[in-house]
Amino acid sequence: MAQSTFLDANELVLNMGPQHPSTHGVLRVILKLDGETVTGTECVIGYLHRGVEKIAENRTYIQFAPYVDRMDYVAAVSNGLGYCLAIEKLLNIEAPPRAQAVRVILTELNRITSHLLWLGTHALDIGAITPVFYCFRDREEALKIFENYCGARLTTHAFRIGGLQYEVYDGFEQEVRAFCDMFIPKVDEYEELLTNNRIWVNRLKGVGVLSGEECKEYGVTGPVLRASGVKWDLRKAQPYSGYEQYDFEIPTAQNGDTYDRYTVRMEEMRQSVRIMRQAVDKIPSGPIMAKMSKVVKPPVGEAYVSIEAPKGELGYYVVSDNSTQPYRVRVRPPSFVNLQALDRMVRGGLIADVVAIIGTLDIVLGEVDR
Amino acid sequence: METVFNHPLFLPVSMIVVIIAVFPLLAGYIVLIERKVLADFQVRLGPMRVGPHGLLQPIADALKLLLKEDIIPADSDKGIFWFAPVISTFTALTAFAVIPFSEKLAVADVNVGVLVIMAMSAVGILGIILGGWSSNSHYPLLGALRSAAQLVSYEVALSFALISGLMVAGTLSMQGIVKAQQDRHIWFIFENYGFMIVPFVVYLISATAETNRAPFDLPEAESELVAGFHTEYSGFRWALYFLAEYANIFVVSSVAVTLFWGGWLRPFPAVAWLEMPLNVGLPVLIFLGSGASSLILVKKLKDPVQQKTLVGAAFLCMGVAVPFLIPAVNAAIIGLFWFLFKVAVFVYIMIWFRGTFPRFRYDQLMNIGWKIMIPIGMASVVVNALLGMLRAS
Amino acid sequence: METFSFYAFAVLVLGGAILTITRRSAVHSAISLIVSLVGVAGLYLLQQAEFLFAVQIVLYIGGIMVLFLFVIMLVNLDEAAKERQFNGQWLIALICATVVGLQVAWFMTKGAGALKLAQVPVAAAQTGAPVSPGNVEAIADVLFSEYLLPFEVASVLLLVAVVGSVVMAKKRI
Repeated sequence: MAQSTFLDANELVLNMGPQHPSTHGVLRVILKLDGETVTGTECVIGYLHRGVEKIAENRTYIQFAPYVDRMDYVAAVSNGLGYCLAIEKLLNIEAPPRAQAVRVILTELNRITSHLLWLGTHALDIGAITPVFYCFRDREEALKIFENYCGARLTTHAFRIGGLQYEVYDGFEQEVRAFCDMFIPKVDEYEELLTNNRIWVNRLKGVGVLSGEECKEYGVTGPVLRASGVKWDLRKAQPYSGYEQYDFEIPTAQNGDTYDRYTVRMEEMRQSVRIMRQAVDKIPSGPIMAKMSKVVKPPVGEAYVSIEAPKGELGYYVVSDNSTQPYRVRVRPPSFVNLQALDRMVRGGLIADVVAIIGTLDIVLGEVDR
Repeated sequence: METVFNHPLFLPVSMIVVIIAVFPLLAGYIVLIERKVLADFQVRLGPMRVGPHGLLQPIADALKLLLKEDIIPADSDKGIFWFAPVISTFTALTAFAVIPFSEKLAVADVNVGVLVIMAMSAVGILGIILGGWSSNSHYPLLGALRSAAQLVSYEVALSFALISGLMVAGTLSMQGIVKAQQDRHIWFIFENYGFMIVPFVVYLISATAETNRAPFDLPEAESELVAGFHTEYSGFRWALYFLAEYANIFVVSSVAVTLFWGGWLRPFPAVAWLEMPLNVGLPVLIFLGSGASSLILVKKLKDPVQQKTLVGAAFLCMGVAVPFLIPAVNAAIIGLFWFLFKVAVFVYIMIWFRGTFPRFRYDQLMNIGWKIMIPIGMASVVVNALLGMLRAS
Repeated sequence: METFSFYAFAVLVLGGAILTITRRSAVHSAISLIVSLVGVAGLYLLQQAEFLFAVQIVLYIGGIMVLFLFVIMLVNLDEAAKERQFNGQWLIALICATVVGLQVAWFMTKGAGALKLAQVPVAAAQTGAPVSPGNVEAIADVLFSEYLLPFEVASVLLLVAVVGSVVMAKKRI
């Protein structure tokens, strides 16, 4: 508009969070609004900052392992896997095949629990209040497997450097298979509720569009990247923990909008079940811990390992000075990096879109702030 | 004493007292039913602790709300903040005045009854807007702006839907509308060769929007605006807003029942042999059945006090069936039964909406209102007018 | 009773009107105007014009005043007042007030005889329809026969206003 009237001069600054039902924790977004249209945003983070990376420098390698579970607390198993892989790379050892298979099963199970939490809260943000209960009902079954395996449900601390602490319990395979059989119809049930729902589609289609190029510029990874048409999954690109043995697809979509991110994640859950089925059928026998000394004391050096966490690329960069404590641990959290794209995606949308986009980015503030 | 009973103001005044005394309790139980029904959709139990199966939950909630601290934000416009929920509640309850609960039971039969309800719902908007504005906070303000735009838009569509109905009825009086259906032996939803279903659907959608219910609950969209216009309200004032909301749900359901679904008339009001099964059999079956089925549940409860309460509630429920067996009493209350039965169906539908649909976005809401509902409403007025002429000739 | 009601409503009308122009806060002014309009609606009811009463509330309070409030809230009027002054036209205002005042005085001195126009609908109501159905039909009758031309002119005027506002708003959409 050429001339600005006093209507335009009226910019409403809305402080969304840190106490807000749908900023998924303590994210604070300062919105500049023209009516309901968002003209600019500013993210304020750090409300959950605990200095995890600094704590690492004052703990032994083994002592620090439970801390990583508290970063992305809805995908604690993936965090643990990334950390263990990084230290194993420093130590130049590899977990035995049996441990790797169990790791894959638990990590994929964790991907499902993480996506279920995302689906439930995302639907709740959009205003559908029912799916969240369905998601939690089925997430419960997965959490029971975690609980039976290691005693914890959320912050599992399931793995140890060099392999596994615990042998799998009796009936583990059957329970995983039962979960797989139970879960696929449930995914269909969620899709029945949402995928073709007119309101759901209208709310998500064309909202928060991010092209593949933009994703690369921002460093956005995970389902958000794949929904923009980039076929990039670290499980295929740089296989770890024996992912190369399993046969699965990388779901992608073309439009890069919120709806595509939804379909990609739904398909990912199905693929996770596919991986789990293959893994559980051929868990090799053998030891569960690699041969290593009781005291973890890696040689001087550094290692960067990244894995495909449910939310994107989760990287651990660990520097060792040949002591029992890491010299430096740096985490590349997917939530933090993905959150950068928020401003780009939100601009020009409405307040309701902000909520949808925060939901679709699937951030966990424990991981953003660390 | 005779003179008191026969005084023309006796029935209206006693109805007013009953409505004002009973409706808050009824609203509390509508909330309980909503929570239970939603819980059933969502594979959980809902309130279970206060009383057997949460039967006394509304009373506990009401007490809690009454005793809560009444917080008024420091920078608010105190007078308006204080008064806004009163406007909402007052208008919502005033609308009850023209609702025909049965042939005799109504506070007043105003000859512009439908317009009075429209007027009250129009003034009720002010309660929301002023409440949102006076909080002097951004979320309530946005909620108030949303509701102002939403309610004004959907009121137009709502009016068109009502006009179609009123043209068929030929009167604005609520009692007159039902009597017209009685005379013509047809519920107006089936009138005009079934075409009245179109304005009814328009009405149902607009009424859901008018009452701020999901999927049109944008003024109080929890995930976006925290609680919308009543973010800053707490305690009893907040309860007043909710009382108004549930009263509005009841009122719009009543209008739908009156205008489209035959008011207090039973199905097939002209078919005489259905009198016995529908007017006696059905209510007795419903009350006896629900009473008996809750007796089965008694064994599952562990606490003896809760068991006794549930037995009491079950016998109360079965006791309600008795009056329907006495012909003289039956004649007096069967209208009320059918009216409330139909209203309950609508309330259930609204809860069903809430459990099923995601929320619309603001611009989509406006598009639906202005580009779909209003044109359809206008078209159905024209078509129904033509069909009505065809039918009359 | 009726006299008492009349004075009560009259107080509402006049008090609301005075508060409308004296309150500093725009929202308070709007609320006062609403009170005044409610009073007018009450006066209609006293005249047994239920239809006008309901329409007055639906249209003025439910429609127009809600939109007024909408705009007042959307636009911070306190700031807008600083930018442009609307109250620099006191001379024109004075002339208008005098003319209206003279008109009212003239009608008051003339009495009922001056209000010839207003008597037509009443007469039509008495002859046209029976007493019971109220004045809805009567108003419709008069509106679509006697006053069809003014009614249509007003409709066209409103249509022009609607089209005009759409054209003006189109830039922003």
